[in-house]
Amino acid sequence: MALRELSSLEKYLGLKKPNKYTTRGDKKIPVLQSSNGTQLVGLLTIACHLVKEAKRPELLGDSTERRALAQQWLEYRVTRLDGYSKEDVKNILQDLNLHLQDKVYLTGNQFTVADALMYYGVHPLIVDLSIQEKEQYVNVTRWFDHIQHYPGVRHHLPLVVVLRNTIYTGRHH
Amino acid sequence: MKLSVSEGNPHCIKPLAALQVTGVQVSVHYVNHDERVVPFLNRPVVPALLLPSGQHLFSPNVICRYLFEVKGQESSDLCNQWLEWEATSLQPALQLALHMAVLQGKGSEVSKVLQGHLNVLEQSLSKDNMPFLTGESVSAADVVLWASLYPVLSETSLALGERGSLKTWFDLVAAMHGCQSTAQKVLQGKGLQGMKSYMQRQPVPQSSQCRDAPPCNSNPAEIEDNDRVVTEEEMEAAVLAWSRDLNNSCDSASRQYPILPQEGKRNILLTSALPYVNNVPHLGNIIGCVLSADVFSRYGRLRGWNLLYVCGTDEYGTATENKAREEGLTPQQICDKYHAVHAAIYKWFQIDFDYFGRTTTEKQTEIAQNIFWRLHERGFLLEDTVEQLRCENCQRFLADRFVEGTCPHCSYPEARGDQCDKCGRLINAVELGEPQCKVCKRTPIIRSSKHLFLDLPKLENELEQWLDRSFSTGDWTANAKQITRSWLRDGLKPRCITRDLQWGTPVPHPDFKDKVFYVWFDAPIGYLSITANYTDQWEQWWKNPQQVELYNFMAKDNVPFHSVVFPCSLLGAQDNYTLVNHLIATEYLNYEDTKFSKSRGVGVFGDMAKDTGIPSDVWRFYLLYVRPEGQDSAFSWADMALKNNSELLNNLGNFINRAAMFVTKFFEGRVPVMELQREDKKLLALVGWELQQYIQLMDKVKIRDALKHILNISRHGNQYIQVNTPWKKIKEGDAERQRAGTVTGVSVNMACLLSVMLLPYMPTVSQTIRDQLNAPPSCIQTILQGSGAFVCVLSAGHSIGSVSPLFQKLEADQIEALKKKFGGQQQTSPQRAAGTPSEAVSLPSAQAEVAPVIGGDPEKAKQLTQAVAEQGEKVRALKAQKAEKTVITAEVAKLLDLKKQLLIAEGKKPEPAPQKGKKK
Repeated sequence: MALRELSSLEKYLGLKKPNKYTTRGDKKIPVLQSSNGTQLVGLLTIACHLVKEAKRPELLGDSTERRALAQQWLEYRVTRLDGYSKEDVKNILQDLNLHLQDKVYLTGNQFTVADALMYYGVHPLIVDLSIQEKEQYVNVTRWFDHIQHYPGVRHHLPLVVVLRNTIYTGRHH
Repeated sequence: MKLSVSEGNPHCIKPLAALQVTGVQVSVHYVNHDERVVPFLNRPVVPALLLPSGQHLFSPNVICRYLFEVKGQESSDLCNQWLEWEATSLQPALQLALHMAVLQGKGSEVSKVLQGHLNVLEQSLSKDNMPFLTGESVSAADVVLWASLYPVLSETSLALGERGSLKTWFDLVAAMHGCQSTAQKVLQGKGLQGMKSYMQRQPVPQSSQCRDAPPCNSNPAEIEDNDRVVTEEEMEAAVLAWSRDLNNSCDSASRQYPILPQEGKRNILLTSALPYVNNVPHLGNIIGCVLSADVFSRYGRLRGWNLLYVCGTDEYGTATENKAREEGLTPQQICDKYHAVHAAIYKWFQIDFDYFGRTTTEKQTEIAQNIFWRLHERGFLLEDTVEQLRCENCQRFLADRFVEGTCPHCSYPEARGDQCDKCGRLINAVELGEPQCKVCKRTPIIRSSKHLFLDLPKLENELEQWLDRSFSTGDWTANAKQITRSWLRDGLKPRCITRDLQWGTPVPHPDFKDKVFYVWFDAPIGYLSITANYTDQWEQWWKNPQQVELYNFMAKDNVPFHSVVFPCSLLGAQDNYTLVNHLIATEYLNYEDTKFSKSRGVGVFGDMAKDTGIPSDVWRFYLLYVRPEGQDSAFSWADMALKNNSELLNNLGNFINRAAMFVTKFFEGRVPVMELQREDKKLLALVGWELQQYIQLMDKVKIRDALKHILNISRHGNQYIQVNTPWKKIKEGDAERQRAGTVTGVSVNMACLLSVMLLPYMPTVSQTIRDQLNAPPSCIQTILQGSGAFVCVLSAGHSIGSVSPLFQKLEADQIEALKKKFGGQQQTSPQRAAGTPSEAVSLPSAQAEVAPVIGGDPEKAKQLTQAVAEQGEKVRALKAQKAEKTVITAEVAKLLDLKKQLLIAEGKKPEPAPQKGKKK
């Protein structure tokens, strides 16, 4: 799973030569094998490395503050969304929904690699939502729909249909 | 910048130590553990750093990283890697260790929990021979890891063994600019005990392995609950239940006409939404109402409830009238034809109605008019004038689907009078641009027409009081409550109950004599009239709220009419009507990744399921397995094959077959003597628990969730056989032979139990199992009475019948072929080509040409396509000219024949044609 995310990220970044990856342990933690024999372990670490390799530092955030915010959501992604439990789902969606209330992207007004990885991570949750729940987490849904249509991001994941009109308001009397 | 921390919270050591090391100036505030500093997180999280922009950092690691970057030190890949490892791997283990040491007094276990992680650090530090984790100078990684390990490493009581390099590093960081004193301050100088009040507020950490668990989006049935601990009491109770006698007292299996409420029984009246007559139901319709209701009613009868299940086709309305006009039949003929189609489909799906009626009956008129007059007399009806489109040529008002025009919202040119197919918005027909009569294509005029409205605002109070009661005492699915509440929240408006049509229940009021009731006033009354057609004593069910509990099954789009509109009609009629107590609404079932679509020919429709060669029971099983209970779900061919092969064949079927085969092969077909050992008793308790869960869930109409427990039992059973290897033991000494007997006897009884639990889901298979086991009919009541009991119903010496496999494998190529057949692409041609002229009216004939031609004779197909298009034009023209019926009929016959030839030319079987034609 993580490997497919990384390969999608590579494509998004336009990296010509695909890197070699393996995984480690039961949790299938991704490991990047570089040509000089060193390894990098962990989705977040590798993702940041790829961004630097592609010379797209703005995707990590264009200021100290934004870089910190991007890192924070990357960390949230790997700590909360890998191996979440059923009870977590609601909390995660609530957190994100409130956070995204006044934001276009996770860190504010600019797309960062955190949006891409959070999108990959949150996809299985969103797929499982009913239309009603999607309306409940409207900010997440809006952000999600935006990211899945963000050029070059979606790659390996199926498109999730998001309705534009709300059906649970009962306006159809 | 402002940093919020709390005392005794170990996470706060990180940023405070980082402040010391970096020297960044930040004001530090101490808050309580429960204070919510970060507004968007749904639980209190500390430490948190308020950034100049007003945003919050709430991750201690990221705060440290940020402070280092402010100081000019960016995080390297290696530093990132350590931070990620700390957050994802070390923290979960550390939380567990701290929980054990601080709250459980198990400090001695800490080294065991953490040893792997400490070894990683030790190796890394000793290998590179560098003072810090990322090189020669201190980084965020050092501070973060040091701070997180501080509580355990500083505690001498927690022996951490000989890890020299780790110790050197730890002391080195501790000695930096007051790191140690900061940490001590957070722990209030009390070491581990300083964290106690903080730790007590944290959720109990799970062992770190739990994070390896798969995410929860798999199907419920795939998540096993094997680790349930069985107590001694449970085992004793299970053994007691096991030795209970068969219950022969009640034989509620036989139903006697008429079923009427009985004193002292649970009397249940059950309805499923009335399917509209001229749509062939697709799988989503079937699972949404009739199949769900069927499972519950079968279950209810097994539980000994006195239950009546009625349903029928909803036959009045514009769509029927339209169809009849186009096909040159009377509406009644159309209804007769399609009612039979529906009945046949439900019969194939083994839907066990007590009565499957229809709405076009005398009783319907009688009851609907009675309710109307009562509403009228009590002042719950309003008169109002409505502007409507009227076609002067056809001499009638163009309700809903009789008119097409340009959508006022999105300018789609073929919007219908009630709704736009493109943007989905509801439309008032007079708003349409360039409206056209659908029949004669002329432009209608706007005319006002007088109509009657049900005064919902006047009934709102009474409705709300009743809903409060019903919500609190009955089982309403969450979506049903939600949809109902949203209607009430928006306030109710008067709702029109009359229409300018002919095909409907006539309005008896002399001022409205050319009108009929609007289908949504009329249709739910169908439940009453259908019951009245079943028995003259229908009022014992419908005017008896004291004795009767009413269950309504439907898909969620039908909820408002059952929870708001129809109850208002009944409340306003003030005739002691039985109102819905339990409203069970499903979400939507999708087809593969898309929607079922009749017009695009996507999906499996009721009449096609039979043609797949897959047994009705397997269809039922899979539809119930993916029942959209609580959320939308999807029908998928691949998944159906997988579930058939894994759950039915390898799990359930395999277990039942093995158990019965052992009896046949090793014990001459007689159930052997069973001497229960501890392991068997434990199994009885586990199975008993699953059975109780099943009953609790079924009582609450959680049909899909309950199915999971059936499959759990056979999983337990397979495991039990696998561990005890009766096929080996039978060849060994007496003790082993005895053991093989016990295991076989318990297993075959489990098989019998499974057949009972399966009955509502797979009635045929269930009966087959009991036939094979020669099981007494009374076993059903015995097992399902009360909260459920796993009773030994096949005692030692019982002879079983002949055993054969229950399920067949679905092969990949077979599924692939079916998927293609119903996939929607090449399917368009038989669907469309086989359509009646009515379809030709609504679909441009070009559609036929785009249909791909596979096999057959392409050249001829092309000619025929052309011919069909021309003939279609001719029929349309004749109709528009209002030509004589006989002429039209003759031309239609020609058209149908051409279409049949076209199918042959395309290499398809023409047989589906008449059958498909019936659906229209």
